[in-house]
Amino acid sequence: MPRLHLMNRREIFSGLQTISPHRQNFDSVARTNSGLAPYAGTWTIAEVRHLLKRTMFGSRRDDLIYFLGLGMSDSVDTILELINHPAYNPPSPPLNNYSNVVTDPQCAAGQPWPGTPDTNNGGVFTYAFRKKSLKAWWVSQMLIQPRSLREKMVLFWSNHFVVEFDTVQVSTYVYKYNALLREYALGNFKEFTRQITINSAMLRYLNGDSNSSLAPNENYGRELQELFTVGKDINGNPQYTEDDVKAAARALTGWRNDLVNGTSANGFNSFFQSFRHDANDKVFSSWYNNAVITGQSGAAGANEVDDLMNIIFLRNEVSEFICRKLYRWFVYYEIDAATEANVIQPMAGIFRSNNYDIVMVLSALFKSEHFFDVLNRACLIKSPIDFAVALSREFEVVFPDNIDLTAQYASWDKIRSQSSAFQLDVGDPPNVAGWQAYYQEPSYHEMWINSDTLPKRNQFSDRMSNNGYTSSGQTIVIDVVAITGTLTNPSDPVALIDEVLALHYAIDPTPGLQAYLLSILLSGQVSNSYWTSAWVDYVNDPLNTTYFNIVKTRLQSFYKYIMDLSEYQLS
Amino acid sequence: MKRRDFFRRTIPATLLPSLLNGFSFRAFAGSPLMQALTSATLNDHALVLIQLNGGNDGLNTVIPLDQYSNLSTARSNILIPDTLVLPLNGYAGSGLHPSMTGIQQLFNNGKMNIIQAVGYPSPNFSHFRATDIWLTGSDSNQVLSSGWGGRYLNYEYPNYPTGYPNATMPDPLALQIGSTVSLALQGPSSSMGMAISDPTSFYNLINGVQDPAPNTNAGKELTYIREVAQQSTLYSSVILAAANNITQQSSMYPAAGINSLADQLKIVARLIAGGLKTKVYMVNLGGFDTHSSQVDTTTSTGTHANLLTKLSEAVTAFMDDVSFLNIENRVIGMTFSEFGRRIKSNSSDGTDHGAAAPMFVFGKDVQSGILGSNPVIGSVITTNDNVPMQYDFRSIYASVLQDWFCVPSPDLSNILLQSFQTLPIIQSTACSGVGIHELNQSAGINLISNYPNPFTSSTYINFTTNGGHTLVQVFDNEGKMIKTLADDEYAAGTYKLWFENENYNSGVYYARLQNGPVQQVRNMLIMR
Repeated sequence: MPRLHLMNRREIFSGLQTISPHRQNFDSVARTNSGLAPYAGTWTIAEVRHLLKRTMFGSRRDDLIYFLGLGMSDSVDTILELINHPAYNPPSPPLNNYSNVVTDPQCAAGQPWPGTPDTNNGGVFTYAFRKKSLKAWWVSQMLIQPRSLREKMVLFWSNHFVVEFDTVQVSTYVYKYNALLREYALGNFKEFTRQITINSAMLRYLNGDSNSSLAPNENYGRELQELFTVGKDINGNPQYTEDDVKAAARALTGWRNDLVNGTSANGFNSFFQSFRHDANDKVFSSWYNNAVITGQSGAAGANEVDDLMNIIFLRNEVSEFICRKLYRWFVYYEIDAATEANVIQPMAGIFRSNNYDIVMVLSALFKSEHFFDVLNRACLIKSPIDFAVALSREFEVVFPDNIDLTAQYASWDKIRSQSSAFQLDVGDPPNVAGWQAYYQEPSYHEMWINSDTLPKRNQFSDRMSNNGYTSSGQTIVIDVVAITGTLTNPSDPVALIDEVLALHYAIDPTPGLQAYLLSILLSGQVSNSYWTSAWVDYVNDPLNTTYFNIVKTRLQSFYKYIMDLSEYQLS
Repeated sequence: MKRRDFFRRTIPATLLPSLLNGFSFRAFAGSPLMQALTSATLNDHALVLIQLNGGNDGLNTVIPLDQYSNLSTARSNILIPDTLVLPLNGYAGSGLHPSMTGIQQLFNNGKMNIIQAVGYPSPNFSHFRATDIWLTGSDSNQVLSSGWGGRYLNYEYPNYPTGYPNATMPDPLALQIGSTVSLALQGPSSSMGMAISDPTSFYNLINGVQDPAPNTNAGKELTYIREVAQQSTLYSSVILAAANNITQQSSMYPAAGINSLADQLKIVARLIAGGLKTKVYMVNLGGFDTHSSQVDTTTSTGTHANLLTKLSEAVTAFMDDVSFLNIENRVIGMTFSEFGRRIKSNSSDGTDHGAAAPMFVFGKDVQSGILGSNPVIGSVITTNDNVPMQYDFRSIYASVLQDWFCVPSPDLSNILLQSFQTLPIIQSTACSGVGIHELNQSAGINLISNYPNPFTSSTYINFTTNGGHTLVQVFDNEGKMIKTLADDEYAAGTYKLWFENENYNSGVYYARLQNGPVQQVRNMLIMR
């Protein structure tokens, strides 16, 4: 797998010697000792915005108002689907949107393709189209997400239990993998790990399906420990041993995928072949208390997955490793000693005492004074997909409906491809460790922003606030006039500016910004009444193209400027 | 295909950004051979547009001394004493506001062209709408989403921004300093310009200085993103390099922070002299919306005087700098404002939104002089009376495009979306057939007249054309176009048209003739 070389910030600076930044010194940046005690402070738009920008894809105005009325505790419970949500029901699967490009002999136009075989011979190669269909559909789940954490957790898990769609090359496997992430997004982590271990896509991606007693393949046995559960110590060294890797691999021998010549024999599910299973005992190192998995023969060999889970999950490192990863995803990438003691360790304890229930540990985090601490706000750099999807959601961009599947999927794919240009292609992380921004010290999230990706983000927001993107005859674009019309008092330019900044910036605006934005709305004039009368003229006669264009051109410049500023990159 | 078009349109295609591990690779080296081939065919002219936001009072800027008596009746409370009006060599009937000594010198030194009464039929009196009309180059009742400058740049650099920057055009096509990218620079599908929001951010860029950020994690990340933003702003390196090429500029500029227009123009001169090939620069000066207290008790001082002082000092320093930096052959500048102001002043010592007003075009290569005649001020002026247009503002655009950017005249209508007369503004023997000298020779000849005048039910309008496209329009006293009597190709000669009073109100009307670079306006009076 080719590795992208992402520049770290030292390289960026050394490549651009011409500018010598007069940096502020952030060595003594303000720290917090706050912990998991329940947050008891005010519940204003600032707190709601913080919760929504971190746990959903953007903070839409109607969501802000909704959660403002719920209060903190019920808001978090709603996000976690504990209240105000029906029981989880998976979304209807992706469809054949590609029939005008390639004929899929296994799936008619407009029909769901999951569960039908790929055709990758005879000159017809459907996998690439199905993969693209799935990715676009996945992005659509983010775009239409309910008031829930679930889709952001699907993305989190796709960066944790990594498979690369490009490598798996079986469309129903990757679909079912994605469905598993969604099903367990707010579920039990231990059961989730068991399920992912025998998931077809994972078996194929990390070679579990070729792991047999005669030729053990250690790939999954290693990553299960190094990347999925116990991790490494703070110095980057594994505490499990190479023998533990071998023992885990041997316990998992015999699991197979069901494709024969491209046709599924078992409903695209993995299955256990006892004759390939190593029925000898598996002895683990002292780090695992010298635990032994008693070798089982026959169908019972499949149960060794559970034995393996039980041994691994006895280590506290599992909960600590996952909680740090959740913390970096939702709060900030730096974990200092106070945060480790006051947040991570208590989270890990909650995770264990609730038998690895993801909801309970996240509930404790999201309701904590640490999460709402002002020092932890606005410090997360939006991930590429969060940037593209949140922009679309917050500006209430209208996507084509399913009357024209080609245009509908093309519009979703536009958001996906933009995120990909910003260096995050959903479904295809660069390697099994996921995206570097989530593990690469010391830069972490800053790796999302470099001299290539930042201009591309700006070009995307520029274009969305201007002409938008047209595919298959349908355009996705920010309707700057309509979105302004949803504001509380759009005829007052000062109120308009304050509300828009409050909706879109997680951080306080730089002094002078409001005045500058006012000059955009006023075209350099000095009286606010000029904007007011322009807006009132439009409202009184909305079909008058002259009135419409007067407000539209100014609002386009206005929103473009807001999204071009660095503040807009923060969540 | 013309040779220069061939190079212009094909070189970028061969230099499309390649992808290196998913990253666009912008640092393609310009081939010296290609540059040598292309630089000889592309001119290096730059245009500086100075927007005067708010609507500049033209009658107190270029003062029609030959109308002084009626002017003093119409606007006694803001009238500039005629003894203070600055004379212009060769044009005894016109003079400048006393604050504009620098511009007076530029005029007398042959570097300033003043165009009288520029406007458009049926003027709009809303700031926003009128601004958009000027920036897009639309008709009064037409809504355009692209700007005239953007359409020109799209004509010169099709496909932008795809394939840009490249060896042929390594620099921004247009640069706006002092605000966001103007509608004027909006191309048919994308903006053709980049903006430096204010002079401070320019100096922050070249000095690597950051806005302050809070001492929190958020502040740390914000600062990081700002650093990347500064370093990766498309074209920031070429702007930086151009700025760093210039270490000394004219000493005539006021100290920074005193005259925002001068601050902006100083940057423009630095970047042009530093080697940017950018075609269009936009700068602005606001505050011209002088509804009240336009003047102090001494009418030659006050708000408007201060604004004109800034304009004059800024332009004068800029021209001195342009000469000092030896780029006089590359630069012309042009002022515009969304409208002029009403002939009659109001009782708050101010003026309300009006119509046509003069424009200034300056540079070593302009044809110095005044185009058009002084607006005729009647003896009885009502609050609704406006200066009638003599020249359509798009004629000035057309002239600059043709004679400064050397756009072939058949292409002008593709950019300006209609045909407009071109005027002798730029010295260009290659592009302009009729000089200001020839035009001035016909100044005393009545090319358009009417009889009877005054009239009640109808009148005959006589006009003389030199042949070719000829336009005869009738405007009311507010500048609204009420009739087009002729809009066609004519053989040279004198013609007679019949104009009927279709229930128009009593009052002053204007008949306007346009024929090639020639235009004349005739006052008519309807009495019922």
